[in-house]
Amino acid sequence: MTIDATIPPGRDKSTGSVLNDPKVRGYIYQGLTLLLLVVFVYWVTDNTIENLKRANIASGYGFLNGRAGFDVGQSLVAFTSDSTYGRALVVGFFNTILVAVTGIITATIIGFLIGIGRLSKNWLIAKLSMIYVEVFRNIPPLLVIFFWYSGVLAVLPQPRESMALPLNMYINNRGLAFPRPVFDSGAQFTFYALIIAIIASIAFVRYANKKQLATGKRPPVLWIVLGMLIGLPVITFLATGMPISFDVPIAGKFNLTGGSVVGPEFLSLFLALSFYTAAFIAEIVRAGIRGVGHGQTEAAHALGIRPGLTTRLVVVPQAMRIIIPPLTSQYLNLTKNSSLAIAVGYADLVAVGGTILNQTGQAVEVVSIWIVVYLTLSLSTSLFMNWFNAKMALVER
Amino acid sequence: MNAPQANFVRTSMLPPSTPPILEKGYIAWFRKNLFATPKDSVLTILAILLLAWFLPPMIKWLFIDAAWTGGGRGVCATVAQGGSQPEGWSGACWAFVGAKFDQFLFGRYPIEERWRPTLVGILFVALLVPMLIPKIPFKGWNAILLFGVLPVVAFFLLLGGVFGLTYVETPLWGGLMVTLILSFVGIAVSLPFGIVLALGRRSKMPVIRMICTIFIEIVRGIPLITVLFMASVMLPLFLPQGMTVDKFLRAVIGVSFFASAYMAEVVRGGLQAIPKGQSEGADSLGLGYWQKMRLIILPQALKLVIPGIVNTFIGLFKDTSLVSIIGMFDLLGIVRQNFSDANWASPVTPLTGLIFAGFTFWLFCFGMSRYSGFMERLLDKGHKR
Repeated sequence: MTIDATIPPGRDKSTGSVLNDPKVRGYIYQGLTLLLLVVFVYWVTDNTIENLKRANIASGYGFLNGRAGFDVGQSLVAFTSDSTYGRALVVGFFNTILVAVTGIITATIIGFLIGIGRLSKNWLIAKLSMIYVEVFRNIPPLLVIFFWYSGVLAVLPQPRESMALPLNMYINNRGLAFPRPVFDSGAQFTFYALIIAIIASIAFVRYANKKQLATGKRPPVLWIVLGMLIGLPVITFLATGMPISFDVPIAGKFNLTGGSVVGPEFLSLFLALSFYTAAFIAEIVRAGIRGVGHGQTEAAHALGIRPGLTTRLVVVPQAMRIIIPPLTSQYLNLTKNSSLAIAVGYADLVAVGGTILNQTGQAVEVVSIWIVVYLTLSLSTSLFMNWFNAKMALVER
Repeated sequence: MNAPQANFVRTSMLPPSTPPILEKGYIAWFRKNLFATPKDSVLTILAILLLAWFLPPMIKWLFIDAAWTGGGRGVCATVAQGGSQPEGWSGACWAFVGAKFDQFLFGRYPIEERWRPTLVGILFVALLVPMLIPKIPFKGWNAILLFGVLPVVAFFLLLGGVFGLTYVETPLWGGLMVTLILSFVGIAVSLPFGIVLALGRRSKMPVIRMICTIFIEIVRGIPLITVLFMASVMLPLFLPQGMTVDKFLRAVIGVSFFASAYMAEVVRGGLQAIPKGQSEGADSLGLGYWQKMRLIILPQALKLVIPGIVNTFIGLFKDTSLVSIIGMFDLLGIVRQNFSDANWASPVTPLTGLIFAGFTFWLFCFGMSRYSGFMERLLDKGHKR
């Protein structure tokens, strides 16, 4: 005889009210929530349509083909005030990507240096790194941007009194002037050579790993790879008759001539995002390295592995497993913080969108474009993260 | 049998000899902490050089050359810029901060009414301090006063219009006052809202789980500035004609929404860390869902994620500075607005003002993070292995 465990003995199923069944209650709660949500969305949509009709604003994305009529200070693709709103948004998107990518590179470098510095046995280095982290973690990024923009870059000398920096660079209150490479015909071969060198290096490292596994001897990887990566492009460069030259900025009487200039808007945003995010990256790196058990290092030493190799082969690979997930979310934060560009007038996606919003009044459309672009960026990053985590996760028995 | 005669037996103890000079005192400390290896020596020297290059000019700029008193831009500008300082002078303009200090605190709040925000501030501190010190009893009453009574009192006191108080509209509010109000409301709203969202995301009901997940992921995926834009531009579109929301309230809604999504993820982390046995134990005792959460799960989960919660608070506090972009004058906004005051405009004013604002923000954030570390040690009941 089987006993139905869900029904207490002595009580018939039919006597209990249906309302006491958690499943039924769940359906009722969900139904009510859904109903409320639908009513709310309907109410909002209705109001919006009504409001738009009264303000004589046509909904839809047709406005993207309209003439922009404003100029953009700095853009990676050709843009004039006669271009369309759609193109302006593309310019803004590329500017966002530009400041995000450059900022991520610098922030990573500074962050790793400071993070390792905090773990240093050298008291002075550790304390200086700690001060850096505690200062930058606890002030708003917007303030750091203004610090660079109106505190430092705006009080630099006029163009005619530009300060000279190494590598033929000049800095003044209009921005940073740097030599621009000029590519003559034949310059592309140098790039091809570099690409070939990279592919050959990867192949060689794989071969070296295989050989080490088979014979126990490791070919001198570092020197050969360095030789290929530097030598091949340089030889091609010389053989094709040095087709790359530099347009160097020259300090004239009133202004600089030649070279390329990046404006103070980009510089302040880039510097602020790098310095601010670096403080967080430093903490992540520190936590990651501390997270590798001391037993790992001791075991490596017991096996006779030298300290440098221990760091490279034992500590870093395990630390990276801890570091990379929060690191990606910091990268994402930096990308989102790049929207602060609007405060200093750097034409990123949000700043351009804000201008368009003011000109056309297409609030819903512009905001929807923002949401789609930023969501795509962050969701694709988290997809990559999940893939990476799955790949790197400890294989446990 | 005679014992062998010892030639010499010392009768008194020798005084202990001093340790080797290289192993004791500051020399040993220097050797161990600064010059342990050649690499360390090089790094130390580089760091000292960096400090020597950086620190003296900074101290000179901040304190020695600074203009401490004065009634206008003259004290902070060189002769060529129309001031009284010698050519080539550069130093902090603390006189500017001194003259504008009241504005930095209260914004454009009417001067004769400023006792009202001051009173609210005193009440806030008087309620917050006993809340923060663990030994002081009556935490429950304290919390009710701080989170229930004070907001109501503050609302009527700051806005006025009743009990014979003059009405002060929110566009006049500004400065540190706005920063603190925004953060307080954001914190007070985002914690309960975040807990509800986190519970929703872990709910067994698919519809509720989906709604919470979508809300959290969308808000976390976009920058705060777009959320603020939405709140300031789109909220009026969503409401029927004639129904308006105050600009200040819109910013509060935007900031609270944003913080709630982040808080929800922090709380979810805590919920996930609680073993299933706790939930099953509560079920077997016959507790209902809300009883189970309130009495068993949440107290443990929230304790686990205190650092994360405080980090979210700190982030929220820093993020309130963004409202200056949508045209409100919080601390940063009012400091920046004063750069363009013709009476004080000089090349050193912006930097001085920003350093002042930065230091203020830093004090609050650093204080919060220190307090969270203290709470963490206090609440650590030794569950960690």
